[in-house]
Amino acid sequence: MKDIRLMKGNEAIAEGVIRAGCDGYFGYPITPQSEVLEYLMANKTKERTGMIVLQAESEIASIHMVYGGAGAGKRVMTSSSSPGISLMQEGISFMAGTELPCLLLNVVRGGPGLGTIQPSQSDYFQTVKGGGHGDYKLIVLAPASVQEMYDFAKLGFDLAFKHRIQVMVLSDGAIGQMMEKVELDEQIPRLTDAEIKVKFPWATTGKTPDRERNIITSLDLNPVKQEIININLQKKFKHIQETEVRFERIMCDDAEYLFVAYGSSARICQKAVLLGRERGIKVGLLRPITLFPFPTVELAKLAKQVKGMLSVEMSAGQMVEDVRLSVNGAVPVEHYGRLGGIMPAPDEVLNVLEENFIKEKKYEPHTN
Amino acid sequence: MTEEIIIAGFGGQGVLSMGKILAYSGMMQNKEVSWFPSYGPEMRGGTANVTVIISDERISSPILNKFDTAIILNQQSMDKFEDSVKKGGILIYDPNGITRHPNRTDINIYTIDASDEASKLGLAKVFNMFVLGGFLKLKPLIEPEYMRKGLEKSLPLRHHGMIPENEKAIEKGKEIIKAKYLVN
Repeated sequence: MKDIRLMKGNEAIAEGVIRAGCDGYFGYPITPQSEVLEYLMANKTKERTGMIVLQAESEIASIHMVYGGAGAGKRVMTSSSSPGISLMQEGISFMAGTELPCLLLNVVRGGPGLGTIQPSQSDYFQTVKGGGHGDYKLIVLAPASVQEMYDFAKLGFDLAFKHRIQVMVLSDGAIGQMMEKVELDEQIPRLTDAEIKVKFPWATTGKTPDRERNIITSLDLNPVKQEIININLQKKFKHIQETEVRFERIMCDDAEYLFVAYGSSARICQKAVLLGRERGIKVGLLRPITLFPFPTVELAKLAKQVKGMLSVEMSAGQMVEDVRLSVNGAVPVEHYGRLGGIMPAPDEVLNVLEENFIKEKKYEPHTN
Repeated sequence: MTEEIIIAGFGGQGVLSMGKILAYSGMMQNKEVSWFPSYGPEMRGGTANVTVIISDERISSPILNKFDTAIILNQQSMDKFEDSVKKGGILIYDPNGITRHPNRTDINIYTIDASDEASKLGLAKVFNMFVLGGFLKLKPLIEPEYMRKGLEKSLPLRHHGMIPENEKAIEKGKEIIKAKYLVN
């Protein structure tokens, strides 16, 4: 019989990482994601799978413990919320420079600063455009349901190790705190040390006579070598852009207008699509599941079909820039968002779509 | 069928757990469910509310501003949510502590003296189940056997001894809910 449970998003991803064979979690509590650490602690992971769960002394310590664990080829992760993720940026940049795989979770709250503990999506730029220093990108997964919070634990680890990259699950307070039905998979066993040695020859598992010493460092003072390192990183990001784009189309086939939204905003827009159809408006929703790589090609295609796009995001307008880059002026793109922890309602976003594109209104296409 | 419900009251009245039991029971009956709480400053004293959706179809937005049913247990929540009941929808409230009664004429209004009844029967701990019973009388979405399964799933094992009291409260709640104003 299928194992189906009612879980909070935060609990679902915690159960997901255990079942995905995670070796270690290092984190520090912060609302609205403290249930991740609580759930892992309460579930006695050491006894269940041997997974280590450790409450570190700070976010900075957490990310550097992840750095160490990843260097040894282990499936390791941390989670936090916006202010905590800001503290971790140095460690994330170091992991980008050393191409170490890990899973990161940001259950976003409103900022800037300590802001609020209510849901927000204002960390898009930080996550997608590189929050730390240097030319790097994370794979960014944006769950829109509790089931996806669970599923993206395994998917995140798989992608991280496939590409030797850091994967960020970009969630928000609403997805983290709400409860929905979750279907759970069988436990995947953790890799043994012997398996790690074979599978990940780059890991620092102890030098053997048949190979050079593995050194994990992001420092190379020779600019010629450093440029090559960077060029190779960029090749990897390009490959990911070409092969790992994920999105969901909801009622797009005959759409004349389009919502573009991810995470909890996408759920709100999904309802707005249904309300719009009741009002006789042919509206659809494109939901990016990966924010990097962004569904640029799909949006460019839809730009030939629809008369206008409304990017809905709980921010002052961050993802909308990527939507505009994708459509490259082919169709008007507007942004609507609420700030500081307020969530828009379905009829509210539908009204904005109507006012922008359908009611008598002259708009200037965006030109920069 | 899709039923969109808001339950709102003081923290400690069992608002969130009432929603959780309802959602769990719905899930046991093979329905799609979502439970979205206010987890913010409200949780740290003051008011608490939860949006519960029970549906036969995939649930779109778990976050709503219009509801089929509002279950209201204090004055602040009345002020906040009276207007968010859909036209023709239902508002259920416990008049205990309510100083300004609802005055809409386009929705069905019911009262339930749950806190009085609960303390009279010495069942104050399961006050919220009286209210849930009242709701289920009006909207029999969940079969009793699945309510029981929902209680078993959502209550921690150490409280399973309380399940008969919970069920008694649900049944009593069905008896004591009263229509106050009905749309023709």
